[in-house]
Amino acid sequence: MPAVSKGDGMRGLAVFISDIRNCKSKEAEIKRINKELANIRSKFKGDKALDGYSKKKYVCKLLFIFLLGHDIDFGHMEAVNLLSSNKYTEKQIGYLFISVLVNSNSDLIRLINNAIKNDLGSRNPTFMNLALHCIANVGSREMAEAFASEIPSILVAGDTMDSVKQSAALCLLRLNRTSADLVPMGEWTARVVHLLNDQHLGVVTAATSLITTLAQKSPDDFKTSISLAVARLSRIVTSASIDLQDYTYYFVAAPWLSVKLLRLLQCYPPPEDAALRSRLTECLETILNKAQEPPKSKKVQHSNAKNAVLFEAISLIIHHDSEPTLLVRACNQLGQFLQHRETNLRYLALESMCTLASSEFSHETVKTHIETVINALKTERDVSVRQRAVDLLYAMCDRSNAKQIVAEMLSYLETADYSIREEIVLKVAILAEKYAVDYTWYVDTILNLIRIAGDYVSEEVWYRVIQIVINREDVQGYAAKTVFEALQAPACHENLVKVGGYILGEFGNLIAGDSRSSPLVQFNLLHSKFHLCSVPTRALLLSAYIKFINLFPEVKATIQDVLRSDSQLRNSDVELQQRAVEYLRLSCIASTDILATVLEEMPPFPERESSILAKLKKKKGPGNLPDIDDARRNVNGSTEHSENTEAPKKSSPSLVADLLPTNRPRPASSSPIMRSAGTMGTTHPFTDLLNLNATPSAGASLLVDVFSESPAPASVDVCEENFLRFVCKNNGVIFENQLLQIGLKSEYRQNLGRIYVFYGNKTSTQFLSFSTSVASCDMLKTQLNVHAKTVDPLIDGGAQVQQMLNIECVSDFTDAPVLNIQFRYGGTLQNIAVKLPVMLNKFFQPTEMTSQDFFQRWKQLGAPEQEVQKIFKAKHPMDTDVTKAKILGFGVALLDGVDPNPANFVGAGVIHSKCTQVGCLLRLEPNTQAQVKMYRLTLRTSKDTVSQRLCDLLSEQF
Amino acid sequence: MSSYNAFSLFLRMLSATHSFLSSSFMLLFSRQGKLRLQKWYVPLCDKEKKKITRELVQTVLARKPKMCSFLEWRDLKIVYKRYASLYFCCAIEDQDNELITLEIIHRYVELLDKYFGSVCELDIIFNFEKAYFILDEFLLGGEAQETSKKNVLKAIEQADLLQESGGIDEEELEE
Repeated sequence: MPAVSKGDGMRGLAVFISDIRNCKSKEAEIKRINKELANIRSKFKGDKALDGYSKKKYVCKLLFIFLLGHDIDFGHMEAVNLLSSNKYTEKQIGYLFISVLVNSNSDLIRLINNAIKNDLGSRNPTFMNLALHCIANVGSREMAEAFASEIPSILVAGDTMDSVKQSAALCLLRLNRTSADLVPMGEWTARVVHLLNDQHLGVVTAATSLITTLAQKSPDDFKTSISLAVARLSRIVTSASIDLQDYTYYFVAAPWLSVKLLRLLQCYPPPEDAALRSRLTECLETILNKAQEPPKSKKVQHSNAKNAVLFEAISLIIHHDSEPTLLVRACNQLGQFLQHRETNLRYLALESMCTLASSEFSHETVKTHIETVINALKTERDVSVRQRAVDLLYAMCDRSNAKQIVAEMLSYLETADYSIREEIVLKVAILAEKYAVDYTWYVDTILNLIRIAGDYVSEEVWYRVIQIVINREDVQGYAAKTVFEALQAPACHENLVKVGGYILGEFGNLIAGDSRSSPLVQFNLLHSKFHLCSVPTRALLLSAYIKFINLFPEVKATIQDVLRSDSQLRNSDVELQQRAVEYLRLSCIASTDILATVLEEMPPFPERESSILAKLKKKKGPGNLPDIDDARRNVNGSTEHSENTEAPKKSSPSLVADLLPTNRPRPASSSPIMRSAGTMGTTHPFTDLLNLNATPSAGASLLVDVFSESPAPASVDVCEENFLRFVCKNNGVIFENQLLQIGLKSEYRQNLGRIYVFYGNKTSTQFLSFSTSVASCDMLKTQLNVHAKTVDPLIDGGAQVQQMLNIECVSDFTDAPVLNIQFRYGGTLQNIAVKLPVMLNKFFQPTEMTSQDFFQRWKQLGAPEQEVQKIFKAKHPMDTDVTKAKILGFGVALLDGVDPNPANFVGAGVIHSKCTQVGCLLRLEPNTQAQVKMYRLTLRTSKDTVSQRLCDLLSEQF
Repeated sequence: MSSYNAFSLFLRMLSATHSFLSSSFMLLFSRQGKLRLQKWYVPLCDKEKKKITRELVQTVLARKPKMCSFLEWRDLKIVYKRYASLYFCCAIEDQDNELITLEIIHRYVELLDKYFGSVCELDIIFNFEKAYFILDEFLLGGEAQETSKKNVLKAIEQADLLQESGGIDEEELEE
């Protein structure tokens, strides 16, 4: 080991490392470490000033201990001292420690930045490099603030050493990625582009990375890099392999630089200049030609480097998507790799072909490889390769091969790895729907999915099959027959029971003519599964039963007996009990006509994007979609391709579950009797008990009556009386005067929400020209999207209409939108404005976590601006259960047993917005001992505005 | 899909604000699962780093020889290769080039080998700081800074020379 014995051998460190290695147990290791920590601590605290060497050695030991996985809470100061040492080796260890153990301790950051500043200004290239490496490794905002304006000048200065330029370029790249706003653009950017011409290939390599990052953000500013990059690339691919000396890697000329240049070109469309364009095409052809040449070396490094360039070239060809010959050549090359003996190449070929499948020029060529891909699915021994094969089959699927591909995927599903089953299920469901000509095939496919992999069939999938069956009359009879047959199996998956229950409840009549599937047989079949099912499924079955009562009067008595049994009427589950009671009552008191109205067939669902697609995207993660639909967006393909382009653009993932079994959505137009009968099993605002609490706020509208000539909504006082009542609940009456009552029912999921607004006319006179609009202040408009469906302009006396609002939280917000309502009543114009209870906390998703996790996170969110605390008097009596309900209603998970004091409440959740997600922890401490009952509320989130807003909202609730 | 645990939620929170760099991190670990070197090009807290390390080490060690060197893991692509008793493992972004990353690993191994003279795991354990210094000369911010073997080694050797002239070789009372 020649190099190791050089000068700096820190014997104490080596001894310590040996000791650790000799420890027989974890305990012994910890003991040895604690001994060392105590020793170092005493040395650092000791009276005797330590010399640089000792300081370096101890700091290095601390670093070693930290890298073993132990916590280090001291030594930072000593490491910072090392930075200003003029001995290189001490400085180097100091920088290493700082880079690994960054601490956002503000005092230290200042000291560190000072040391870096000195080194940057030292004009000593080795010191400058150390400083630049440190900035690039830490990349914090504080460092960006201090140095982002200085580094560009180092980078482009004529007298800067090459190695410093390289470090400066990548340092700037890192800062640009973490704090782009702090990196000033300017005169230097033009000069950076010219680094592509630099003589030193190392400088070109580093600069190309920087330029690529910058060009991704502002392509126009770096357009000049295209011609330079093409020229450089052309020189590399045509060079003899020895020309580039040490930049030739296993007979491949500058593979890293080539890949980076090809990457840079992918920030742009094909060059417009014809000469440049043909030069680039030549380069790409040369790269493709080289793939056919015999290898210059048998080493795997040679073929890897060569193929790395080839794959990047293919990516560029796919990105341009404009040269049919190149695309087809690329496709054929990948086709060869599909059968290559190297697993890595087969994997990459499958992956790359996925994107080729989306180009109109190469789609057909890709399809010719279908048998090879199916074979890969069956024979590859590595699950990650099989996964790629599934992706490719999905991507190459079209109407011509859908049946074959779906069948292959289904048969693969039987033996597929558990880790990829759900994804295959989603893919099969999407393909079956997209390419179904014959919907009986679709129904069969989905039922097969449930049979083969029922556990992996998510709600979205079975909701979707029901939507489609309801919307397509031609398949309803077939669906009823098929589910009936499938349910005959002695053991069938619960998802099948759900689909079966729903479909027979709607369309059982279509097969009731056959004595083998008579109403009673159907009912008995469903009911035989009842006791094996979970509560939501049972709830769905109960709804199917009441539907049966309407469809088949002859089984009414049998079903009533079932509903009447103790196990239903006294079921411990409140939803089941309520359904049983209400359905039984409904079946007893309602006339046949009313029953028929209430229980009429479900109306068709509005056409919308399949929520399965949204689910698949979510599963794949943001920005990680080798998905046909997204890719085909760029392609002016055949009609079949372009019909797929619509769906993902709308990107309206289904808001509330499309078909929640406990709450079937009904159109507003359906019979009002249904509401008064309360059979929905859910609380309707007008039958809601909460209604009793609402005090009519008549004032505003009386005034409007007097000054009814002033139509400007601005003159109307915004009613926000009930606003805060909705912080912890979603349903109830938000506004009421003598004329109008407004009820709300809202649902939120992730960053999306939907509010159903019910306008009730309390008078016996018709409201005319009824219209509504939602207004937000300018700031709120950027933070929250509210989209209101139109509302019926007439409301009859005593009637109510419903309006749906869709809401999307873009980023965190404080203000609330205002709902403006205008209508004519008895010749006068009425204006009402109500503040809509859309608050930030509505976008909470509760997060369960252990006590340990909680406190860990709590500590992480320790910066002063992240915490907001408020101490306030209790406005209501202190009741633990009420408080719990309010915290849950607020949207967070209530964490039991986390706080050592059982009287305190602790919660955690994540606020979802389109841009970001903010984790949030809260703690509420009641003080029951004091004369005046007080609370202390503490909120910690990663964003100060969020902490403040949530605290303001919640503190009003107790 | 496994239900989102708090961790993956946290990762999602992170990925919502930071896009992963070309190389998100690099790990070196032994066949016994002992971490020998870790380099993070994304800001993560220690707990997250430990969790990622634990999961990834487990995943990679469970793979059989001859399997492909790439795998999808969360939103990242993992590129790994085994050299004797050590696994070298890089996490890269979706758009990045797997094969060139494999050769990044190989070039780093060559650099270590040249510097230490047929490198073994012990060299990296006892001279971990050197392994970090070499890596910094080669890769910065997750991108290749200098791909010429000669140039990287020249920079390291210059630094070693500085040590010899500047450092006082003290063999005083250790500990």
